[in-house]
Amino acid sequence: MHELAVCQALIEQVERIAREQGARRVLSITVSVGALSGTEARLLEHAYPIAAAGTVGAEAALVVESVPVTVRCRECRAETEVAPNRLLCGACSDWHVDVVAGEELLLRRVEFETAGAAIH
Amino acid sequence: MCRDCGCSLGPSAARAPFATQPAAASHGHVESIEVITAILDANDQVAAHNRSHFDAHGVLAVNLMSSPGSGKTSLLEATIRALQGELDVAVIEGDLATENDAARIRACGVPAVQITTGNACHLDAQMVHEALHELPLAGLDVLFIENVGNLVCPASFDLGAHLDVTLLSVTEGDDKPAKYPVMFRAGDLTLITKVDLLPHIEEFSVERARESLRHVGFGGRILEVSKRGGDGLAAWLDWLRSEVASRRAAAA
Repeated sequence: MHELAVCQALIEQVERIAREQGARRVLSITVSVGALSGTEARLLEHAYPIAAAGTVGAEAALVVESVPVTVRCRECRAETEVAPNRLLCGACSDWHVDVVAGEELLLRRVEFETAGAAIH
Repeated sequence: MCRDCGCSLGPSAARAPFATQPAAASHGHVESIEVITAILDANDQVAAHNRSHFDAHGVLAVNLMSSPGSGKTSLLEATIRALQGELDVAVIEGDLATENDAARIRACGVPAVQITTGNACHLDAQMVHEALHELPLAGLDVLFIENVGNLVCPASFDLGAHLDVTLLSVTEGDDKPAKYPVMFRAGDLTLITKVDLLPHIEEFSVERARESLRHVGFGGRILEVSKRGGDGLAAWLDWLRSEVASRRAAAA
């Protein structure tokens, strides 16, 4: 289960951003997880609290946007959503396809609370 | 400080700045920032560093991945023996708990560094970087990195190797690529191993395995190998020789 290692890398990035932005605590973290990224969204959610314990992100909600696999056919040019183990064009069944989405494992957005702004 | 290269990568690697875009939306005391960063960016940077180490020494680095027991160490033993006097080889071994595999490789007369990962189910670029400190690259032709036996986790971590080789033994079933698409798709070469056992395993069809690989988008070469009998390794050794030659040509 490498999702813990992925969460630890994620927390390091979030801690850096929190420092740069002067955040007091992080409220939510949005990530994109492609079906071909090799990372399971559900396992990521389970691992997150373990990796985040004692950090600025300890109370943050982890929002996982799951991205299905989309391929573009080199023959008929159609873009179709497919299963990760069946990278064939959904329109013409040709296997000469390029993956255009579904490989990503990205940090997209961090929502946080700043200490200074709390005066409002 | 890395003593080989003078870089600042210590046990916890130094990170380059993030490409954050502070186009933050402000909601009173709550703010948000949009970023688009690879979560494994830090690993990828260390991997790129490892790769430049290999390039600087003209070494071809090959990452071997498979499930446990599909024949990675046996393949290495047979490969080292076959290439003795022709190519200089070293091995980084990844294992959860034992030094057994490194001992087997050393018995073949080549240097081997064991990385014991503890509970980690995969090697990452930082572990390889630390292992490189114990392994002189000068004079080497090929560095094999034998990943932890696991068809899931190692696929997500770039180690800095030039080529990823995935093994699929005929005792595992010809539908393994369909079950582990991320791993098999990521490889540059798939070796169908233990093909000497094919007459005894009627469930395994090489044709079905090839079709399964095509369906997960694997675009590399597929070679059938066996360490037993005749020229079972010939195609693999030829592939290796030609990759070493192209690496040398690129370095020249």
